[in-house]
Amino acid sequence: MNIWHFVLREIRHRKLNALLTAVSVGVATACLSGALVLLKADAASTEKALAAKQQAVEAAGADLENAMRKIMKGLGFNVVILPKDQDLQEMHLTGMINKTMPEEYVDRLANSNIVTVNHLLPTVTKKLNWPEQNDLPIVLYGTRGEVPIAHRDPKKPLLDAVPRGSMIVGYQVGQKLSLTAGSEVTLLGKPFKILKAHGERGSIDDSTVWINLGEAQEMLGMENLIHAIQALECHCAGDRISQIREEIISILPGTQAIERGAPALARAEARNQAKVTAQQSLDDEIESRGELRGQRERFASLLVPLATLGSALLMGLTTLANVRQRRQEIAILGALGWRSRQVLCVFLGKALLVGIVGAVVGLIAGALIGGALSGSGGAVGISGATIALSFGLAIGVALLGSWLPALIASRQDAATVLQED
Amino acid sequence: MIRLEKITHRYSSPEGGDVVAVENVNLSVAEGKFVALKGPSGCGKSTLLLIAGGLLRPTSGDLEIAGVEPYKLALDERAAFRASTIGFVFQQFHLVPYLDVLDNVLAPSLASGRKDWKRAEALVEKFGLTPRAHHTPSALSTGERQRAAMARALYNKPKVLLADEPTGNLDPENADIVLKQLIAFADQGGAVLMVTHASDASAVADEIITLGH
Repeated sequence: MNIWHFVLREIRHRKLNALLTAVSVGVATACLSGALVLLKADAASTEKALAAKQQAVEAAGADLENAMRKIMKGLGFNVVILPKDQDLQEMHLTGMINKTMPEEYVDRLANSNIVTVNHLLPTVTKKLNWPEQNDLPIVLYGTRGEVPIAHRDPKKPLLDAVPRGSMIVGYQVGQKLSLTAGSEVTLLGKPFKILKAHGERGSIDDSTVWINLGEAQEMLGMENLIHAIQALECHCAGDRISQIREEIISILPGTQAIERGAPALARAEARNQAKVTAQQSLDDEIESRGELRGQRERFASLLVPLATLGSALLMGLTTLANVRQRRQEIAILGALGWRSRQVLCVFLGKALLVGIVGAVVGLIAGALIGGALSGSGGAVGISGATIALSFGLAIGVALLGSWLPALIASRQDAATVLQED
Repeated sequence: MIRLEKITHRYSSPEGGDVVAVENVNLSVAEGKFVALKGPSGCGKSTLLLIAGGLLRPTSGDLEIAGVEPYKLALDERAAFRASTIGFVFQQFHLVPYLDVLDNVLAPSLASGRKDWKRAEALVEKFGLTPRAHHTPSALSTGERQRAAMARALYNKPKVLLADEPTGNLDPENADIVLKQLIAFADQGGAVLMVTHASDASAVADEIITLGH
């Protein structure tokens, strides 16, 4: 026989009273745990959605990088490094470069730490009439193949080197002279074997003849000289040409650089815009989810205190009714010698048990309701913090709500009640 | 054992003014004595019993129970004193409705701190309640309830028994059982102060004190 014996027997005897108080505590707990579960589910869902969006943005970014790389590569060399004294106006009008620079420039560039360009190709070019072919006008293009940049991993060359004694011809040249791979021709007295005849490109390339750089230099009397170094700009370059120029001129002061391929840049900008749009969409989603979460938090911050207050009031009124119902019992226990704190313990002990039961019921109900409202079907786990908060709230509400009625019971004057008989 | 000197108790009436419940009462009950307190309704018999039980502080007068002046004790001390010294029996029994007979008999043990199942079972048996030991009061007859209340009053081995109309609701057979137990308690050295209207009940007392208005 102890206080708990009294508490449990009384709860069993007055089930409705205990049930009402447990339900009132359970409702407040359900509001709290439901709100916490809902917010947690919302956070999980937001995290998932944002991760998917983030992934989409990253994919868009990767697509952009890839597209840029492909565009650049497809475009071919889009940066031309020229001798500093080359008149660009004249070059654009004639399509030819008439100034030269040392061939060792390309090696100097390749051995530097340059980052804004890739794929360095030294060239000589000259318009001439092919004497052995009825003075057919052609562009002679001498190249030694790409010079690997020393500090970078080797890349697949955009253009393969032309071996000595070999020749590659453009579409028009091939068609007009009926040249195919394996044909043999003579150019400026030197024999060449056709390595390849290109398909139609619709550009000056169709009228071009490619041979080895060294042979071209010998034939044109330009030993150790080149007209230009072609390069492919790196996508990493921000303000493209100005950065490229700045870097190249710092390595090769006797040069100038120009950029080709505006359409490619437009496409790159469009792709870049796609990335910006995707990022904007992600930002909008974050903002929208944040607003929704804020609304839910504000609603919960209103609902939970109201439910708690209502529950505490109901708990207080129900306990007060219980105290009034048990006046004679309290009086006789007082007559038997019970101390007032023992009476207080009987009522607060009951409140504690009701609080624990209310916490369990409310926690389960809140998890189910919160899970259902979040659309996760109750799949959201209940965290330790939610359990602790729910139990704290339930027991706190039960004890606080019962405190005043329990105090009234403990201070009840036994003589007054016993005289009423 | 019980000594009341010049006890007066007044209380405020809801209609205004003081009402004198008891005035200038002198009373004593020695060890081994059974005293019946008689008088018309409203003369203050029950009030005097509550005063004697340490539950109602008198407006004036001196009181001593078993050598102790209970109203000079702090509340908790007075409660402990009641638990160890005084047994109460009421006309309405006042059993705890959700406890069975055995638990009701044991209820004073929470006040005294003396838990003795064997004594409780012995008292239940003594009052012929063994077959009803695990029944709640609602399942008991009136006589059984009063016998259970008697068993509870005796659990802490009190020195004084205060009974307020203990036979008022009982049939003669059960009234006889209760009175015999009160007599037996007095015979064993206890002091009994019983408020009653019944002539049969007062007839068994060693002394009858009559209160008037």
